[in-house]
Amino acid sequence: MVDEKLKIELGKQGVFVTTIEELYNWGRRNSVWPMQFGLACCAIEMIATTMARYDLARFGAEVFRPSPRQADLMIISGTVTKKMAPQVVRLYNQMAEPRYVIAMGACAISGGPFKQGYNVLKGIDRYIPVDVHIPGCPPRPEALIQAFMTLQKKIDRQHLTGEDRPRHLDAEARGEFPVPVQGEHDLEPTSNKGVWPVPVVIR
Amino acid sequence: MKTVEEIKAAIEAAVPNAGVEIVANPSVSGQRSLRLRPSHALAVARFLRDDEELKLDFLSNVTGVDWPDKQIAEKVMVTRTVTRTVDGVEQAVEETFEETQKRVEPGYLEVVYHLYSVAKKHGPVILRMRTVNRTDQVELPSMTPLWRSAEFQEREVFDLYGVVFTGHPDLRRLLMWDAFKDHPMRRDYVEPDDFEYEPTAHDEVMKRAQAHHVAAGTVSAEQAPVARHEGSGAGQ
Repeated sequence: MVDEKLKIELGKQGVFVTTIEELYNWGRRNSVWPMQFGLACCAIEMIATTMARYDLARFGAEVFRPSPRQADLMIISGTVTKKMAPQVVRLYNQMAEPRYVIAMGACAISGGPFKQGYNVLKGIDRYIPVDVHIPGCPPRPEALIQAFMTLQKKIDRQHLTGEDRPRHLDAEARGEFPVPVQGEHDLEPTSNKGVWPVPVVIR
Repeated sequence: MKTVEEIKAAIEAAVPNAGVEIVANPSVSGQRSLRLRPSHALAVARFLRDDEELKLDFLSNVTGVDWPDKQIAEKVMVTRTVTRTVDGVEQAVEETFEETQKRVEPGYLEVVYHLYSVAKKHGPVILRMRTVNRTDQVELPSMTPLWRSAEFQEREVFDLYGVVFTGHPDLRRLLMWDAFKDHPMRRDYVEPDDFEYEPTAHDEVMKRAQAHHVAAGTVSAEQAPVARHEGSGAGQ
C-alpha cells in the first residue's frame, strides 16, 4: 500500500500514484447498475430516487438494466411473497459477479407487517446474501441513497486478494444459490442455512 | 328499488321452485340477503341480471365465508322410566330429568355476491349460497358465465376457501402457487411452523416461538417459558 502522506506529496509534484485495487474498486463503485425490478410499493420510492429530484445518477447508478445479465445490483424493493421468492433467487443466480443486494423496506428485510401471514417470506436474506438492509415502510429516497452510499463504501473496502476477498475473486466460492421449491404447505427449505444461519434469540 | 321481499316474490314468480330464503342481518346496517339453492342459483341470477326492472348488470364483490362446525349445548327435559322402590315394592316410575345434550351443527362454506345495477343506479342486492359441508361436497355454481367480473374473485375464493365453482372457465389458484394444498382463509388452517427466529417476540408470537424451539429440540420444555436474549446477560 502507498502511504497516504507520500501520495499527497507526490500529487503536489504532479505524480499520481494508485494501486490496482483502488482503481478497480473506484471503477466498480461508480458504475453499479441496478436491475429494473420492483416488487411492491417500495419500488415507487426506488423510482423516485432515480428521478431528477433525488437523482441516483450522481452515484453512477442511473442505468436500470431490464436484464439480470447486465445488472450489478438487485434492489429488493418490496414484499417478497412465497410465490415470488423462487423467482427472486433465480434472478439473483442469473446476475453476473460481482453482484450486490440491497433489501429495501420492512417487508424485504423481515416480512414487515405481513410477517405472521401465510404467504410472505420473512426476509429475503433467508435465501440470498444481502449487503445492505434498509428499514422503513417505505424508506424515503434519502434512505435508499444512504444504502447505496453504504454499499459504495463496502465495495471500496474490498481487497482483491486474501481471505476476505469478494466472492467473484474466489474460485472456490459458490456462485449459485439453491432456489427454494414451492411445497404443499411452505417453501422447501424454509431458509438457506449456508446464507442465513438461524440467529438464536429465545432460549 | 324493490325491497328484498318484492325481489323474492319476483324471483319465485319467474323461476319455479327457486326456494329463495331471506337471511336476516342483525347488524346496524340491517342489509338482508337472499339465500339461493345452488341448483337454481344460475337461473335466479340470470333473472336478476336480465329482468327489466332490476337489471343487476354489475357484480361488484364475491366474498367467501367459512362457518366451522359448531358445537351446541342444549338443556333438554327428558322423561325416562326408572325403577324405584316405593313402600318396599319395585315400581316403574316415569321421571323427568334436565339433561345437557351436545350436538354438532355441521359447518359449511358460504359465498356472498353483491350485485348492483349501473343502468338503474341501484343496489346492492346480496346473494348467498352455501355448500353442503366443508370437506367433500363443496361445489357451487359459478357466476362467471353471467358476470365476467366474478372470474378472478371466484378463483380467489377457490384458492383461499376451497369452494369449487362448477362451470367456471378457468378454475386455478389465484394467489397461492399450484402445488399448495391448504386453504389459508379457513378457520382451521394450520400455518407452517417457521417461528425459529423472532427477534421481538411477544404474546402469541412468543408462545409459538417457544413451542417451535421445544418441538425442534433447541430448548427443553422446562426452559421454554423463560425468554431471554442471547448475550445480553438477561436472566443470569
